[in-house]
Amino acid sequence: MSMDAVFRALADPVRRRLLDRLHALNGQTLSELCEGLDMTRQAVTKHLAILEAANLVASQKRGREKLHFINPVPINDIAERWIGKFDAPRLAALAALKRKLEEGKGHD
Amino acid sequence: MTDGISRFVYATYIRTTPAKLWAALTTAEFIKQYWFGMNLESDWKVGSPWKMVSADGLVTDEGEVAECDPPRRLALRWRHKWKPELAADGEAFCAMELEPVEGAVKLTITHSFARRDSKLIEAVSGGWPRILSNLKSLLETGEIVLKSKPGG
Repeated sequence: MSMDAVFRALADPVRRRLLDRLHALNGQTLSELCEGLDMTRQAVTKHLAILEAANLVASQKRGREKLHFINPVPINDIAERWIGKFDAPRLAALAALKRKLEEGKGHD
Repeated sequence: MTDGISRFVYATYIRTTPAKLWAALTTAEFIKQYWFGMNLESDWKVGSPWKMVSADGLVTDEGEVAECDPPRRLALRWRHKWKPELAADGEAFCAMELEPVEGAVKLTITHSFARRDSKLIEAVSGGWPRILSNLKSLLETGEIVLKSKPGG
């Protein structure tokens, strides 16, 4: 799996939002994912296909429905390649500090 | 999801063969190398028990082999034993599927829980990505990335 595909897939706010929504509630259908998004079904399908090709989303069939699951493995690979080499606990403390200071602001 | 269970899916592509990956998933000596020193013991026959034992001899998880179809699919009934608050969540189901794709194997782990608010989910979801990264690295390069659990 190419890391380029992972970074390209992540370089889009809509796709990051879709991943956030799957993180909040895993195993959603296309219709569920479309709810509340100001986009056509076709556009969401296209974004999901890019996420799936990058292995950031895995899908499974349930009857006639297709359920989408966030797959954290590629993100973990990125974290281990660049972050694991550094001081992870201190980075976590910095991230917590940033979160606290920026609370209430959007995260795109 | 509306079927009352909660499911987590982890997928990774590993440049190896299904036979080698199957051996990596079912050989205690190999498992120990990528599973942070844990011993996974079973004879891998359908209905047989399996257990996961820590380096200091503690049984942390156990269950039975539900399906075994080498080198394609292995499924385990899974009960946590170590932390009482996680053990209270009851039985989970873990399926591992191997699928050959152009010079690599796609490994998909599906872990299902009967409860949506399961605490075991949180414990497991932090673990699988690290275990899979280690497994991938070990099969592709002969070395693991993480020798111990971060923070543990």
